[in-house]
Amino acid sequence: MSAVVHIVDYGVGNLYSVARAIEAVGGTPKLTSDASEIDNADRLLLPGVGAFAPCMAALTATGLVEPVLEFARAQRPFLGICVGMQLLFEHSVEFGRHRGLGLIAGQVEAIPTADAVRKVPHIGWSALHEPADGHCWRETILEGAIPGVTSAYFVHSFNCVPDDPRIRLADVDYTGYRICAAVKSGNVTAFQCHPEKSGPAGLRILRNFLDE
Amino acid sequence: MRNARLIARLDVKGVNLIKGVHLEGLRVIGDPQVFARRYYEQGADELIYIDAVASLYGRNSLTDIVARTARDVFVPLTVGGGLRSIDDVRTMLRHGADKVAINTAAVRRPGLISEIAQSFGAQCMVLGVEAKRRADGTWEAFTDNGREATGLDVIDWCRRGHALGAGEILLTSVDRDGTGKGFDTALIEAVTHAVPIPVIASGGMGTTTDMIAAFGHGADAIAMASVLHYGRADLATVRAAAAQAGLPVRLDVATL
Repeated sequence: MSAVVHIVDYGVGNLYSVARAIEAVGGTPKLTSDASEIDNADRLLLPGVGAFAPCMAALTATGLVEPVLEFARAQRPFLGICVGMQLLFEHSVEFGRHRGLGLIAGQVEAIPTADAVRKVPHIGWSALHEPADGHCWRETILEGAIPGVTSAYFVHSFNCVPDDPRIRLADVDYTGYRICAAVKSGNVTAFQCHPEKSGPAGLRILRNFLDE
Repeated sequence: MRNARLIARLDVKGVNLIKGVHLEGLRVIGDPQVFARRYYEQGADELIYIDAVASLYGRNSLTDIVARTARDVFVPLTVGGGLRSIDDVRTMLRHGADKVAINTAAVRRPGLISEIAQSFGAQCMVLGVEAKRRADGTWEAFTDNGREATGLDVIDWCRRGHALGAGEILLTSVDRDGTGKGFDTALIEAVTHAVPIPVIASGGMGTTTDMIAAFGHGADAIAMASVLHYGRADLATVRAAAAQAGLPVRLDVATL
């Protein structure tokens, strides 16, 4: 039987693509906004597109904050993507200061612009690097990726800064600014980039998630 | 590092992939999905779908094509043509689009740019600009695939679009579109100097030399249509030429 991935549907973003990508690697995607379904899920994927505050508000309005937190605490495989990564942190400063889920200690801060050198939003493909102070990729969801070569698609203006560098799983050097491309804290893995939009390299990440 | 994106642009009319010259005289090329999949497999960094006649008829026929494409194409999709409301945008995103390109509706009601940026994020809001060169060397923005003059100066309009929340600009040179005579590099340079957001240069690519010139004049991405559709170049050749020219392009494009 193929692995089932429950995708939290709280009314934001493009869930279609991530669901199709899960299918493409042999999984069974199930969109859900039901607390008991999340409770009983084997694998949970928290997507998110757009601004932090509306995403957090939508997650709260659908009553899914507690179920998502409970799932993450239950040590089952959890994957956050884009704003779904940012929501895991304590605060974001996008359009004011907003509280997140607080599963990961740290902040979400604006990427500083540097005219013509560093444009914001950061849009496009960037090579992922193994952080010197963080995780090594062996036996992680990035198993098989090549540091400095494997690239993923990013589109964001804000960046997660974890308090504990040891949870960093992948970094991007964006014209001298360190972008946290992925974190791994126990059963919780999260990507700022979009594996579902990162071609074969991204699909491999999702396939590895099915094996976790 | 900054990156240079290679984008395949697919203009569609009804169920067909089409292409014209100066956005006019549209010819049928084939099934858009077949081309989309081919460009994905060849390593396109993104795909752009533009419904060539949607705003003329006040409708959008792209939803099905986008949904079918998103089934087996795992790179970002930008969709434009005839989108005029938050609901239109939401529908497109729900069918697999990642970004929307807004031109006509933004000219008619610039506030829509802010509404889209606030609802879905600036990264989702691509300002579509169709530029025609004026006799004095400036450019005027057009809508409805280069048919309707707006009186807006392209540079002013791009600045305003950025101020209103656009996260990216799809800059089409109507003069060069479909000609294969090269990008309007002066236009690219003027717009990229005016706004701090990424600019996708579209219109005129005939050779890989044109591509290198566009990036050299500040483009963040280039959109290719005729040059790919008619097989004058393929994405692998373009990418190899870009890498050889020292441009920061994605190198790991091997398929699964």
